[in-house]
Amino acid sequence: MNYLTSIGALPLLGALLISTLPKSKANYAKWVALLTSIVVALLGLLIALRFEIDRPGFQFVENYSWIPSFGINYSLGIDGIALVLILMSVILVPIVIVAGWHESEGGRWGSKSFYVLILILETMMIGVFAATDVFLFYVFFEAMLIPVYFLIGGYGVGERAAAAVKFLLYSLFGGLLMLAAIIGIYVISGHQGGHTFDIEKLSQLTIDSTTQNFLFLGFFIAFAIKAPLWPLHTWLPDAAKSATPGTSVLLLGVLDKVGTFGMIRYCIKLFPESSKTFTPVIIVLALISILYGAFLAIGQKDIKGLIAFTSISHFGFITMGIFAMTTQGHSGATLYMVNHGFSTAALFLVAGWISTRRGSSIIADFGGLQRVTPVLAWTFFIAGLSSLALPGLSSFVSEFLVLVGTYTRYPVAAVIGTLGIVLAALYILIPVQKALHGPITPGNENLPDITRRERIAIAPVIAVIIFLGFYPKPLLDVINPASIATLTAAGFSDPVPPAGGR
Amino acid sequence: MTDSPILQYSFLAPIMIVLAGAVIGVLVEAFVAAKRRATIQLLIALFTIFASFISLLRIRNLTSAKAAFNSVMIDGPAIFMQGTILLIAFFAVMIIGDVDHFTAQASAVPGSEEEKSAVQTGRQQTEVFPLTLFAVAGMMLFPAASDLITLFVALEVLSLPLYLVAGLSRRRRLFSQEAALKYFLLGAYSSAFFLFGAAFLYGFSYSVTLAGIHTAVIGGTANNVFLLIGLLFLSIGLLFKVGAVPFHAWTPDVYQGAPTPITGFMAAATKVAAFGALLRIFYVTFGDAVWNWRPILTVIAILTMLVGSIVAITQRDIKRMLAYSSIAHAGFLLTGVIALNRAGLAATLYYLLAYGFITIGAFGVITLVRDSSGEITDLNRWAGLGRRSPKIAALFSFFLLAFAGIPLTSGFIGKFAIFTAAYESGNIGVVVVGVLSSAIAAFFYIRVIVMMYFAESHEDSLTVVIPSPLTSIAIWVSGAVTLILGVYPTPVLNFINTLAIFIR
Repeated sequence: MNYLTSIGALPLLGALLISTLPKSKANYAKWVALLTSIVVALLGLLIALRFEIDRPGFQFVENYSWIPSFGINYSLGIDGIALVLILMSVILVPIVIVAGWHESEGGRWGSKSFYVLILILETMMIGVFAATDVFLFYVFFEAMLIPVYFLIGGYGVGERAAAAVKFLLYSLFGGLLMLAAIIGIYVISGHQGGHTFDIEKLSQLTIDSTTQNFLFLGFFIAFAIKAPLWPLHTWLPDAAKSATPGTSVLLLGVLDKVGTFGMIRYCIKLFPESSKTFTPVIIVLALISILYGAFLAIGQKDIKGLIAFTSISHFGFITMGIFAMTTQGHSGATLYMVNHGFSTAALFLVAGWISTRRGSSIIADFGGLQRVTPVLAWTFFIAGLSSLALPGLSSFVSEFLVLVGTYTRYPVAAVIGTLGIVLAALYILIPVQKALHGPITPGNENLPDITRRERIAIAPVIAVIIFLGFYPKPLLDVINPASIATLTAAGFSDPVPPAGGR
Repeated sequence: MTDSPILQYSFLAPIMIVLAGAVIGVLVEAFVAAKRRATIQLLIALFTIFASFISLLRIRNLTSAKAAFNSVMIDGPAIFMQGTILLIAFFAVMIIGDVDHFTAQASAVPGSEEEKSAVQTGRQQTEVFPLTLFAVAGMMLFPAASDLITLFVALEVLSLPLYLVAGLSRRRRLFSQEAALKYFLLGAYSSAFFLFGAAFLYGFSYSVTLAGIHTAVIGGTANNVFLLIGLLFLSIGLLFKVGAVPFHAWTPDVYQGAPTPITGFMAAATKVAAFGALLRIFYVTFGDAVWNWRPILTVIAILTMLVGSIVAITQRDIKRMLAYSSIAHAGFLLTGVIALNRAGLAATLYYLLAYGFITIGAFGVITLVRDSSGEITDLNRWAGLGRRSPKIAALFSFFLLAFAGIPLTSGFIGKFAIFTAAYESGNIGVVVVGVLSSAIAAFFYIRVIVMMYFAESHEDSLTVVIPSPLTSIAIWVSGAVTLILGVYPTPVLNFINTLAIFIR
């Protein structure tokens, strides 16, 4: 059975089904979407169960010729890293649909298109993580921009059109640079034994270092735009402020992970030498992102802007973990991607519910919610604690791993990075203390607390956050072999800790 | 020496059928009653193109390729380009079939009593159909011509009817006639350049055939100054037709002024024909003099891509914007020409086919967006189109994304193929500029999508007319082809690969 094609095609089928619904039955759209996404999530779990941890290389491999004249194949396969990211994506989609049950109704267009777009996006998300053909990856990478663009522009609030365009142009620009690099490596493969886009074959090419540096930059800039690294981040806060909470979850939780995933899968695997060359620069950029994101988060008045800037800080951590080139750093970074997905989901969803109730997303307007809507406030608090990496919640493990992994190679960077944790406490706790715990802002007295639907949506997220906080082993077991394999293949080995010591 | 005149009619049949159809069209114009003329002309035109396409299919696999005393070369690329032109023409004629776009009586002075009475009595003249067919015949001959004289004849046969039809718009007639005049004057200049170049090349090689000039090029003994001057002027004539910078000035005016169905046809088919001739001349004749022309053509390609995409950003009229976009695409196509390898040839052929269908579809949609006074081409007035007619807006967005080269559209595969060929030939600078200008170009394509979907509309006069069945077919088929060529281009690419060799 072609597991990966099935899980990828299912959402698309759901989208087709929805688009054929007659106008009078438009309210079935969300049910079809929900059912589809649940089936997809279950299939994702099935794939996870059948995944063999000890087997090296890609699993669930599928390979068909697609455009033979260019040596392009439709080939899919997943390693541990791709598996956990796909799993995170397919779990988040039904949650987003339940959480934003009425999100589509405020939009300018009908709810049918909303769910069609969400499901198409899910197909693209699965495809982008599962592709093992660089061309196929690029197709998913670019094509997934279009549904997001319409989700932001069509259903967002405020300056949504401008934000959508900014998002799309930034991403397209990065994508086109990557296209040039992809063409470059493809042409080189032609000189060394036949044109191919197969990631494994491409990773065995010998490329002279100047060319390699340019090709690396082509890929890296695209990924650094996606998982916004300072100074390429400016699209993210705008997009996050304008998009609906559900779209933001998918945007920050899943789409941006394509960037960090790409750094591991493509930058390091294809261009190990250049990765080494650029590491100092990238580590510095990552540190700047960590601190810059955190400082700006502290200064945000808008709750969505706050979450966006915390994410920039978190992406700094992830990038630092990746380019520390240690097993712990890589595993930590990958785990971080998953954890960030869930804690951002929790933050965005709760923030979205609060903003909808209050009719404002300004933090100062949320005064006293702790007393008026205790459950909502507590949920936000837990999500926030996870975001600041409190021990016992999921992000702690990954942040710790990243810092340890970085320390063994770049102690100074790790120490500076630790400052990010201190700042995280500030940007989460200040709004919680001032707003949620403060005096009740006029107009907040009668806000309703969490509804049953919202409970159903948020419960699994909180459960995952707590579970992974105490017991991340299942994920790490899957991730570790893939991290080791990537690093070994690229010729990196963990630094040996100095023996003895004093 | 007695050469018996053998014309190899089977090779020439596709062209001759179109010419015959055009002549019949002229007769119909003269003798058939005004009421039935439009329908009959439309049917004749469609049938002619169809018959020509069938006869083209029949000669597809024949090996011998020279016809009409070696002045016409029916080889793989020629057959592919003739086929592309016929396909484009077929769907373009479907859109032209909505004669409401054309003036009732072209000879009447705009605004005169004569014009009014022609409109009121319904005496619609339909010379646009035979003129289009003549242009098609010229276009088919152009990429197949293998001596400079035939090339020049083909150039004129394709150009003269286009000058005329550009001035046939029913609304804003003065504007349309101005466009036609500009097109004619500048076109005449470029023809003169072309002839001048041909004369110098004759002086260089004592031959007008492409093969003969090629012999002189590799012989290396002839006067190189003549070669350079001849090459330069010949190129100017051809680059004018494709709208390359700095010979592009006519494009926006003509695209804007001409009746929209004609603009679509011109933009798509002329490009195929002109690039066909460019490819043949540079690949067959001057391939061995590559160091003489590649640097300058590289500069032109880069300028064309950049100017096209940057100036398009400032445009407020959809037709002008697409005109500049077509200039940018001419730049992309030029990178395929200067790649000068087989991959470049195949990529250019593919791009021409893909671009042709996107263009036909996009202009087809533009013909549908109207208010009581005619088409609306002011971009600001397209606001809210996405809500009024979601299907048409979605289709147009798809064409725009294809122009921008987003994956899963034919535009992407074309762009990928062309840049790959350019990279393969070592011309990495062109690839980088191409990629950057694609990014710039994405901006103005997406701006139209923003207009249609995200902008508030302030007026109600804008309507999307219900397309005539033929226009519907044309735009939806174009959309389908764009999608299929983007998702599964393998059969077409394989087909191109089998015939992407020029015969000298």
